[in-house]
Amino acid sequence: MTADTSDEQWDLIIEGKSALFDLKFREVWHYRDLLMMFVKRDFVSFYKQTILGPLWFFIQPLFTTMVFTFVFGNLAGLSTDGLPQPLFYLAGITAWNYFAECITKTSTVFKDNTHIFGKVYFPRLIMPLSIVASNLVRFGVQMILFFGMMAYFAATGATFQVTWAAALFPLLVLMMALMGLGIGLVITAMTTKYRDLSFLVTFGVQLLMYVTTVIYPLSAAPAKYKYLISLNPMTGIIEAFRYAFLGQGQFSLWSLSYSGLIAVLIMFIGVVIFNKTEKNFVDTI
Amino acid sequence: MSIAIKAENLSKAYQIGQIGTGTISRDIERWWITKVMKKEDPFLKVGEINDRSSKGESDVVWSLKDINFEIEQGDAVGIIGKNGAGKSTLLKLLSRVTSPTTGKIKLNGRVASLLEVGTGFHPELTGRENIYLNGAILGMRKQEIDRKLDEIIDFSGVERYIDTPVKRYSSGMFVRLAFAIAAHLESEILIVDEVLAVGDMDFQNKCMGKMEDIGTKEGRTVLFVSHNLTNIRQLCKSGILLVNGQIQSKGNARNVLDDYTHSSTKLSSNGFVKNFSLENQHILSGQSLKMLLKFQNDYDLNNNKVLVRIRDERNINIIRFEINAPRRKVHNLRIETEPLVLTQGSYHVDIGLTDQKNTRWIKNFIEVGRFALTGLDTYGVGRIFTNKMAIITPKFDYSFED
Repeated sequence: MTADTSDEQWDLIIEGKSALFDLKFREVWHYRDLLMMFVKRDFVSFYKQTILGPLWFFIQPLFTTMVFTFVFGNLAGLSTDGLPQPLFYLAGITAWNYFAECITKTSTVFKDNTHIFGKVYFPRLIMPLSIVASNLVRFGVQMILFFGMMAYFAATGATFQVTWAAALFPLLVLMMALMGLGIGLVITAMTTKYRDLSFLVTFGVQLLMYVTTVIYPLSAAPAKYKYLISLNPMTGIIEAFRYAFLGQGQFSLWSLSYSGLIAVLIMFIGVVIFNKTEKNFVDTI
Repeated sequence: MSIAIKAENLSKAYQIGQIGTGTISRDIERWWITKVMKKEDPFLKVGEINDRSSKGESDVVWSLKDINFEIEQGDAVGIIGKNGAGKSTLLKLLSRVTSPTTGKIKLNGRVASLLEVGTGFHPELTGRENIYLNGAILGMRKQEIDRKLDEIIDFSGVERYIDTPVKRYSSGMFVRLAFAIAAHLESEILIVDEVLAVGDMDFQNKCMGKMEDIGTKEGRTVLFVSHNLTNIRQLCKSGILLVNGQIQSKGNARNVLDDYTHSSTKLSSNGFVKNFSLENQHILSGQSLKMLLKFQNDYDLNNNKVLVRIRDERNINIIRFEINAPRRKVHNLRIETEPLVLTQGSYHVDIGLTDQKNTRWIKNFIEVGRFALTGLDTYGVGRIFTNKMAIITPKFDYSFED
């Protein structure tokens, strides 16, 4: 038998251990059609046999906005930076929901797809990526609602303006996607062995919302907590989002680059951990 | 001929028992010993070969241990072995569902694995949409599926329902569509796990035909796991026999199959039978079957009933008989059947012990032995019947009358 070091040409070598930073993006690219199929499947299966179809995407943010307007706007009387309350909350909710959905849906990827993953190989990263992409569709639909609301309030003479920062919108979405995906990947990798974490996700994300500027503007935060709230990378994004479309919010390129850096870092850690887990998770889940 | 698949010292360890409590502390301990102190993993060292029936010392077992083989391009290889021998683990490793603990597999060519038909089918989507989805899961590109769509629909024979959600399909239609997609994969290596045990007779034959084409005409490499020895005999040129996670024999399919049917079974120490053997593992139709049961020393049969059952490879019970055991300790039980007028095929023997009223099993052993039966042209019509056509071939009298 010849030694392993000989120049044999193999298309693929399956081994137990792989390089830590082998992120397999090339393989993911090869399976891009599958990603599109999953997105289509999620979308189609969501509204099949429903009467309202994609309209359901409107219901949740609409009702949440109503409740927030009542509780935080009317009862608690929190500041909204001078913006119409529904518009202020809807902006926060729409952006936050995308981020939150990315976390919660990707955090159960391994558990939900054990059946498929246990029977056939494809780059596992396709699945969480497809979730983020499907959420993008949903987010897009909800943005239409937001724009509709903006049009309505513009017509009734409320004061707000769209600023140049709206050009950064794709970047904001990308940052939210990376961060949500990264956190979700870490959680799903950990939950294959330790189920405890999955209990944390739903209420953890909910609590996180309160330390992000979704229901109050950063400008209204008490001075001693302001620093802490700004440390949350989502704060900069939500504030920039509001500033972009409504003209109010503490927009700063510095805090945005901070969020971007954290997003890339979290995503990177997420992918590394995910790739390390995907090889053997079928045995432990 | 070039090599398509090469396995080198391939092993896979599984932890058995509970996973959960104590895993964090164990993981940290493991990480400390292997990564920080650079020593061998203590949890793997104690592993033992995977003999299901004997109680082991450790909670790590080697489902596969030091497997080495090479498979040539265009070869059709049958992987056989009893339940728990490591067949599925091997297929899982080859199809990258899980990764080996140690060792390597080297592959040349694209691999498509069919550990199940219809993986990822979504009930709400139509047949057509599912073709695209399932095809993509199996590794096909969209253009590839576009090109083969008509062929797939045609092969499946469900054209009329192709735009209906698959949740409205009968299970047969579902399976037909699923297999049709899989059969049209363009991969150099195809890995198949017992998926043929589905569909009606007609469709099964169609599948077998397609599988044969893939192996012989298209020159692709096929790995095939099945308990149905007739299928293996029909499809495969070579074989690999796994016993307790190790390769017992490999090479020519016929020889490997013989090794498999002839291996006598050592029974576990806590059973009532120490050893079971068949005098002949290969008989002709019309010969009788002789078997010998050696009882465990000091095992009191206690007036229970010994039960012997013969199954065919489709798990249909063909013969069952019960013997009243004496109320004392005996060493052996020798059984000789009447001539068996069965059709050609391979058969399994199960033995068990029940109480007098057949209310409960005291012991039950599945597949303690196997034998192959070669059919004869019993009726002088120039034809040997296999167990696909009939089960028994009794003699009969007949007369033509004017």
